[in-house]
Amino acid sequence: MLHCTVEQPIIFPVKKIINEAPGFKTFIFEGQLNAKPGQFVMFWIPKIEARPFSVSFQTPNEFQITVMKVGEFTKAMFKLKPGDKVGIQGPYGRPFSLGSAKNIVILGGGCGIAPVFFLLNQAVKSAKNIFFIGGCRSKDIFLKQKALKKIIPDPILMTDDGSLGKKGFTTDALERLLKKRPIDKIFACGPEIMLLKTAQISKKYNIPCQISLERLMKCGIGICGQCCLDDCGLRVCHEGPVFEASKLLESPEFGKYKRDNRGKIIKI
Amino acid sequence: MEKLSIKNPSNLRTDFLGVKFPNPVVLASGILGMSASSMASVVRNGAGGVTTKSTNLEGQDGHPGPKVITYESGMLNCYGLTNAGFWHEKKEIAKFKKRLPQNPLIFSIFGFSLKEFQAIAQKVDQTRADFIEINISCPNVQSEHGRPFGCVPGMPQKVIKAVKKLTKKPIIVKLSPNVVDIVEIAREVESAGAHAISAINTLGPGMVINLETRCPVLSAKAGGMSGPAIRPLAVKMIYDIYENVKIPLIGIGGVTTGQDALEMIMAGAQLVEIGSGVYYRGISVFKRVCNEMQEWMRKQGVKSIKEIIGAAHD
Ligand SMILES: Cc1cc2nc3c(=O)[nH]c(=O)nc-3n(C[C@H](O)[C@H](O)[C@H](O)COP(=O)(O)OP(=O)(O)OC[C@H]3O[C@@H](n4cnc5c(N)ncnc54)[C@H](O)[C@@H]3O)c2cc1C
Ligand SMILES: Cc1cc2nc3c(=O)[nH]c(=O)nc-3n(C[C@H](O)[C@H](O)[C@H](O)COP(=O)(O)O)c2cc1C
Ligand code: FES
Repeated sequence: MLHCTVEQPIIFPVKKIINEAPGFKTFIFEGQLNAKPGQFVMFWIPKIEARPFSVSFQTPNEFQITVMKVGEFTKAMFKLKPGDKVGIQGPYGRPFSLGSAKNIVILGGGCGIAPVFFLLNQAVKSAKNIFFIGGCRSKDIFLKQKALKKIIPDPILMTDDGSLGKKGFTTDALERLLKKRPIDKIFACGPEIMLLKTAQISKKYNIPCQISLERLMKCGIGICGQCCLDDCGLRVCHEGPVFEASKLLESPEFGKYKRDNRGKIIKI
Repeated sequence: MEKLSIKNPSNLRTDFLGVKFPNPVVLASGILGMSASSMASVVRNGAGGVTTKSTNLEGQDGHPGPKVITYESGMLNCYGLTNAGFWHEKKEIAKFKKRLPQNPLIFSIFGFSLKEFQAIAQKVDQTRADFIEINISCPNVQSEHGRPFGCVPGMPQKVIKAVKKLTKKPIIVKLSPNVVDIVEIAREVESAGAHAISAINTLGPGMVINLETRCPVLSAKAGGMSGPAIRPLAVKMIYDIYENVKIPLIGIGGVTTGQDALEMIMAGAQLVEIGSGVYYRGISVFKRVCNEMQEWMRKQGVKSIKEIIGAAHD
């Protein structure tokens, strides 16, 4: 009746580190994590801290985490070298679910390209028509440019400054696509403003949409309540991080605010 | 979603210090008590009432992660009393009571000095909380703040007397198991004028060391122990306290099933709180525990949960 799992980090030495772009690194580990696209792990640097990161790729004997340097913890991650031991706890959370969708569009914005890259790799096995829309501020920080093109011949690339692909937002490209093509499911991960727009577009066109959301996480196992959304109380670490867009649109906080470490409300 | 076998079952209805509870299963402090929304989702999943996470006047950051890990039969946490402070909590309490006026709310407060306890106590009457719970028993801040007041005989009465002067709300005092004689502390708490006792807070703290990195896993190195491993200790402590004080008791520690809750009630608890059980059986643990209690009561012909409070005593 009780689970007998033990929630503790498992130690992996860093196998390889890829410099993806300025401020972005991918860490590769050897081992089978059994993660599904959209799931995350708690990444522990002994004596420092543990924080949540999505799994950005997985093969039968390797898995990857792609990280954007934003503050103290990610700075510490960037100092890691191959062979350094870190702890991985998880995978946790509800993954993306492709279901029986055949014509799909996958959106990734900024660092959000990493988790949907993993989804894309899976989707090519089951879906028929796959569109990928990636967006970023500019060309030099566009993740996985080459790898993307190996999986899907013509990804739609968008940049804020027009330095790669078209100038504009991923959501502009999404709307253009929905007008032209029959799509039965949308998947998205990225900055919350992009996610909010994506959710609104999916509602407008009445197309099911799954969105991966980020909230500050502490336990990652649904105990502390840090990541609970208003007003539904759903836990991003447990009932999420992937939610149906329709569910998120009911939440007054989606796209508007989140909570800091103490639980105070901060604007997005 | 799990359904209660009977909607609003009358046989589980109870009251505590004159406040009505739809059932005796209550959310423990520090678990899913982040916001009105998280506490409301616990009620939707069957809890009769809720406890907020422990709050002080100004709020504080707590420890970094890892903050929670589990071992074979329990859980360790070193949250370190993270909270956003009184003014924030007041709003969340108001929001909760507006949504769920029928479900009592216990407002857990703490301070690291008598002064800090007074600072928050003089504000609590501004909230819509039904009870105040004085947390004098968190073991996770010892390295910074010394032994909790609940572990130092003579201190609980000072805190209670100081707080009592500042609030009209009923006062529950949460006791620590990390003492030589919990009965001695319970008697002190009763004679200082507390209205009820809740027990137990987490045990220890304990430690788990990762072998490969030769380093304790929790960021604060150690953390309070909870979950199934501590249940028999909690039951014994409630049993002993019940024999020695007259004020009502809330039993906490390792409850994950209806049987566990019934055991705590037979030991003398009027209400039972669940914390770690949310991990072991999911957020619907509250509903499941209620269903299992009822099933047992039906089989045994017990008409009201109140009949069996303290039933294990001679
Ligand atoms: C489910 C999930 C998946 C994630 N996946 C990735 C990923 O694949 N790649 C990536 O680079 N980042 C990812 N993140 C975000 C990553 O956890 C934060 O960027 C990281 O914790 C920042 O730490 P810092 O000390 O460097 O920055 P800080 O200065 O601490 O914070 C920078 C920002 O990170 C966020 N943050 C801080 N603490 C936490 C926390 N405990 N949990 C979540 N967010 C926090 C805050 O919103 C803050 O605005 C994910 C977060 C979540 C919740
Ligand atoms: C993650 C976590 C956080 C907690 N935070 C608090 C707290 O802020 N205040 C408090 O009085 N007790 C706190 N506790 C203790 C619980 O309320 C409860 O007394 C203890 O965990 C035993 O019950 P359980 O076995 O059902 O979890 C916390 C426990 C856990 C697991
Ligand atoms: S991070 Fe603790 S409940 Fe989600």
